[in-house]
Amino acid sequence: MGTFIARRLLYSIPVLIAASMLVFFGMSLVTDPLSQLRLIPNLSQETLQNIIDRKHLEDPIIVQYAFWVKDMFFNQFGTTAVGDNPIWPDLQRAIGNTLQLVLISELIAVSLAVLLGVLSAKRQYSFFDYATTTVSFFGFSVPIFWFALVLQALATAFFLKTGIRLVYTFGQSSPDAANPFIDRVQHMILPIITLAYVNVATYSRYQRASMLEVLHSDYVRTARAKGLNERTVTMKHALRNALIPVVTVAALNFGAVLGGAVITETIFAWPGMGKFFIDSLVRGEIYTLMAWLMVTSVAVIAMNLMADIIYGWLDPRIRYD
Amino acid sequence: MTDQQVHPDEALETEATRAALESVHLEGLEVKSYTQWQLARKKFFQHRLAMTSLVVLTIIILAALFADYIAPYPFDAPNVPDRSLPPTLEGFHIFGTDKIGRDYFSRTLFGTRTSIYVAFIVASVSTIIGIIVGGVAGYYGGKVDNALMRITDLFLTLPFLAILLVLSSFLGAGNPVRVAFILAFLFWTSLARIVRGEFLGLREKEFVEAAEVLGASDRRIIFRHILPNTVGPIIVNATLIVATAILVEAALSFLGFGIQPPFPALGKLIADGQDALTTQWWLAVFPGLTIVTIALCINFIGDGLRDALDPKQRIK
Amino acid sequence: MTEPVLAIRDLVVEFDTPDGVVHAVDGVSYEVYPGETLGVVGESGSGKSVTVMSALGLIQTPPGRIVRGEVIYKGRDIIGLPIDEMREIRNKEIAMIFQDPMTSLNPVFTVGDQIAEALLAHNEKMSDDRARDETIGLLEMVGVPNPDRRYDQYPHEYSGGMRQRAMIAMAMANKPSVLIADEPTTALDVTIQAQVLEVMKLAAEETGAATIMITHDLGVIAEMADRIAVMYGGKVVEMGAVDEIYHTPRHPYTLGLMMSLPRITGEIKRLLPIPGNPPSLISRPPGCSFHPRCRMSEGRELCRTSVPTLADVDHGHLSACHFWDEVAEELAREAEATGIQAHGGALG
Repeated sequence: MGTFIARRLLYSIPVLIAASMLVFFGMSLVTDPLSQLRLIPNLSQETLQNIIDRKHLEDPIIVQYAFWVKDMFFNQFGTTAVGDNPIWPDLQRAIGNTLQLVLISELIAVSLAVLLGVLSAKRQYSFFDYATTTVSFFGFSVPIFWFALVLQALATAFFLKTGIRLVYTFGQSSPDAANPFIDRVQHMILPIITLAYVNVATYSRYQRASMLEVLHSDYVRTARAKGLNERTVTMKHALRNALIPVVTVAALNFGAVLGGAVITETIFAWPGMGKFFIDSLVRGEIYTLMAWLMVTSVAVIAMNLMADIIYGWLDPRIRYD
Repeated sequence: MTDQQVHPDEALETEATRAALESVHLEGLEVKSYTQWQLARKKFFQHRLAMTSLVVLTIIILAALFADYIAPYPFDAPNVPDRSLPPTLEGFHIFGTDKIGRDYFSRTLFGTRTSIYVAFIVASVSTIIGIIVGGVAGYYGGKVDNALMRITDLFLTLPFLAILLVLSSFLGAGNPVRVAFILAFLFWTSLARIVRGEFLGLREKEFVEAAEVLGASDRRIIFRHILPNTVGPIIVNATLIVATAILVEAALSFLGFGIQPPFPALGKLIADGQDALTTQWWLAVFPGLTIVTIALCINFIGDGLRDALDPKQRIK
Repeated sequence: MTEPVLAIRDLVVEFDTPDGVVHAVDGVSYEVYPGETLGVVGESGSGKSVTVMSALGLIQTPPGRIVRGEVIYKGRDIIGLPIDEMREIRNKEIAMIFQDPMTSLNPVFTVGDQIAEALLAHNEKMSDDRARDETIGLLEMVGVPNPDRRYDQYPHEYSGGMRQRAMIAMAMANKPSVLIADEPTTALDVTIQAQVLEVMKLAAEETGAATIMITHDLGVIAEMADRIAVMYGGKVVEMGAVDEIYHTPRHPYTLGLMMSLPRITGEIKRLLPIPGNPPSLISRPPGCSFHPRCRMSEGRELCRTSVPTLADVDHGHLSACHFWDEVAEELAREAEATGIQAHGGALG
């Protein structure tokens, strides 16, 4: 198992390098910092030259790439082009805020999905099965932003009708909250539900499908023929195999989850990576964007690695390839 | 033993027929030989949800495509006296109007039309790219496969939406065709993986070996023998791409980075209605419901297709 | 005359499918005595697997259902037993081996643990260590080399033959009285087949178990069986001692099977398959289910109108054919025509 992990880690390095190149050169293809800067009104010639020097904008692109990488490792991604503000502190804070949201919602999503998927598979064609199927289909047919808006509207309407503040629809916390923890939770509920809903739908379908396949497999037949009781057959023999695809899908879905976070955070004004991204995009801060992309690439690669490791732990056949 | 020179395709036709008959035998059915396609079509028609969705979707698509003739009002026609009306039958404002009196049924219709155009372009372009990349990787295998898969993985590593946003922000979106191509640029990866998987598997099957031995060229093998067998998963995945494309396009235009005025877009309509969520709820709800309905129909159809094309039987 | 350890009496099993009701098992009766091996021969779709799966309650109901019949194990009808009693019987009294050992073993657990599981499930007091020791002993018995090391390996690390041996070990762990093997060697190489069959013979001898060997391979049957039941279209069409069946078949289907075997000896002009296709189990042909493919039924109303019953036609040799006595002549005639030896020659 150790060599397996080591091998996977080693493999991640070229991927990271490639990703960094893709980000940097890709960005260079679609933007031209120099001309963009020139468009800014009230930018003195002095400031402009300063930016050019700092970011080596008149050097060949390879050189720029090298400096950018250097900034990444030794300078915590360096500073923004205009304004020379350090990128990392804001980014770091944003990362923390998003992690709160994403980790909790993914945990809920996976747990709920496994539960629903297993029950649906065991009770195939029952009312429960059809009901969950319908709700799932709805789940991946609904645009995240619209779902978020509807939740917001419902929460607001509820508040207007009853005067009770059950949940908050904006921001991360209220000033002078009586109980900061509860207050934070109240702010988090709606975004978490939004993020989790779509994923529960997708994951539970996967779980159901893989559970069904496993329940009809030959080795489950052998387990029954051995005289094991149904609980052991389902929870021990079937589930262990059925979890494999779902867990890997969940881990690999991380990129999409971050995408969902972009929308969700924008709507709920949650100060996380997503909102950070949109804000930077609107302001056209290229270096911030690149830093963001690199951080997310690292996160996605790390999650892929996790997926591989979990997969290897669950399925002995993979460990030896 | 007969000594006829058997044309490669006839030999393989028999293989396909034999496979079809075999499946019929194992079901214990009489030799009423259904071809694979007839079997699939029969199964699809039995899937009630898929059939209903097909009907509903066709109606919506036709209505949207003929929006110019069907819509009671133009897309962008302010009509202040009739402003902020909730859904009502008078004046045929069945989806209500916004605060400058624009009819939302018409706006939704035109927005749907754009979505359909975009989804169609995205699906076709990304399917073609996906088939080519996946097919080449799966058929030739080895180094080519490795290289192509690394590239595909790379595309998958970076967060989808973020890249889309960056691209549309800097490449200047607004135009539906532009947006469609930007989307297609990232959507082909899932199809490529599936096609590659199919090709890798089918390449090893005996009838391909037989064709090779009989001297069939690479191109012939790919187009005549392997590709037809991959059509099933390709179609299913393509329907998923359509559904996702519609959702993503709406998200992009909602955030303001996708299709922009003067082109109608459902996402933008919802964004416009964002501020009046509790007072003029119809502004955001109806375009959203339209998206949900379309996506739901596509998903049900995709499910029906998947069931229909699945060779495994229900009873062992 | 001893009592059969397992007797299946007039078993009828049906399945509901979108295309109609499949009559998978249509009044099957046979029995097996302690220490003997009964071979059950038939094509895919003949009902041979469904019969034994129903006996152990391993058929999914719905869409399947046992319409009527009894399965008598040591004097007790086990059809319709409550599920926990059924579980007591599985593996401990009646054990089963399946066709494909790769897919029959759970890929995520070690082979040893899976065998030990069988022991622990039926022996409450047994400790894990004791189960491990016994399992290693079982692995040794079935000829798996280095059993203590192999215990901790996963199914994908075993070869095909070794996996099937492990399955045999699992089946014999609790010394069952009946061992049912459903196509145990079909997925294996011919050379490995022989080894696995040897192991099965040994295991059965050691424990005195009765064996039901289900297969479509007449060679395996000749090797292993004392008696044979031939199944076709959900029914038993012929049953008797193995020599008798091979040398003097009394049912045209059995004859057809014998004739269709490729031989090493003798000069063969062409292979002689049975013409036509297996019957639809949903809309069965009227009368005898084999008649559409049977040369002997030509021009005979009886075959078309009346379902032949399985009857004793010659001292324990049973046949379900109206014209069983003509089979011998048919045999001679076909032998002349094709030059094939008039009995299961190459099978010995």
